[in-house]
Amino acid sequence: MYVIIAGGGKVGWNLARELIAKGNEVTLIESTRTRYLTIEQELEHAVQYGDATELWVLERAGIARADLAIAVTGDDEDNLLICQMAKEKYLCERIIARVNNPRNRSWFELLGIQPAVSATDLILRLIEHEVPSYGLVHLLDLRDEQLEIIEVEVTSSSPAAGRAVQDMHLPEGALIISLLRDGRGFVPKADTVIQADDEVLLVLDPGLEDAITAQFAPGTLDAA
Amino acid sequence: MFILIVGAGRVGSSVARSALAAGHTVSVLDEDPLSHERLEVGMDRTWEEAGGRFTVGHGMEVDALTEAGILDADVFIASTDGDNTNLTISQIAQKHYEVEKVIVRVMDPARAAWYSEQGLHTICPTQHAIEMFTSALGEIG
Repeated sequence: MYVIIAGGGKVGWNLARELIAKGNEVTLIESTRTRYLTIEQELEHAVQYGDATELWVLERAGIARADLAIAVTGDDEDNLLICQMAKEKYLCERIIARVNNPRNRSWFELLGIQPAVSATDLILRLIEHEVPSYGLVHLLDLRDEQLEIIEVEVTSSSPAAGRAVQDMHLPEGALIISLLRDGRGFVPKADTVIQADDEVLLVLDPGLEDAITAQFAPGTLDAA
Repeated sequence: MFILIVGAGRVGSSVARSALAAGHTVSVLDEDPLSHERLEVGMDRTWEEAGGRFTVGHGMEVDALTEAGILDADVFIASTDGDNTNLTISQIAQKHYEVEKVIVRVMDPARAAWYSEQGLHTICPTQHAIEMFTSALGEIG
């Protein structure tokens, strides 16, 4: 299979590595020069320098014969347009887009880009530590099951820091499924105390993000 | 006509002023509150006194678009400094909000051409510049 990946962040790079190891032909496109040079040391010809929203860059990468196009840059607009062009201009049948901001999901659907998150992606994001400003990383939407899995980092000023799992006032429909501490993941018990720098994985019904943020975001203790 | 302009840079603000002077209702949406000042360049009263509207917000946010009046807009102009943002929000205006006339600025000639084939009204300043330069070259001989 020939795969084009736009965006050499942690997701893109690890995905490229994984796909190559599984015997696929991969081209990763990265637009930041220094990042490109770093990745090039490992992936060599499998990485190209350029802006994947430009048509000639996509063409140079061989989009015309790609079986799969994956857009995993940090910018939703870019991801959307890359997938749109791959699908409609170059007739690439399979596309995967990353949605950085869950609020933009509906726009992807509106413009005909069905965002998909693979199991690989889920695992990759466990080791990915970029946290958006509101402190939640959207890991996976189980759309048909109406569930979401999110990751949230606990800081020393979080209301959750120092509190046992059973004392968390989580809204109905939210459940802590795992804690990541010092790189190790484990399933917490009711009396497990959440610490600063823990990463908490939660499964929740859609729409509960704000309520969760209040529990974990710093400085909201008094308000809660 | 009610014209909604997203992106009050040099292009957006100039278009906004001209449209207002031509008697249209003009609403401007921009992330940067300071761009309000740019709207008033060369005017002897404030933008609001002249009858204009200004909203601070991002063109991909439903609340900001609603506040700026997208539901009533006859014309939508996307003129932020990013091609990708412009193309995305103009398609949202066209397909989701069903604004009748959508005009989008795209600096990249290749994509401007393709999106205009797809039915978006694209304006490509780069392409215009290329044509002007080429014809000027011809005149020089």
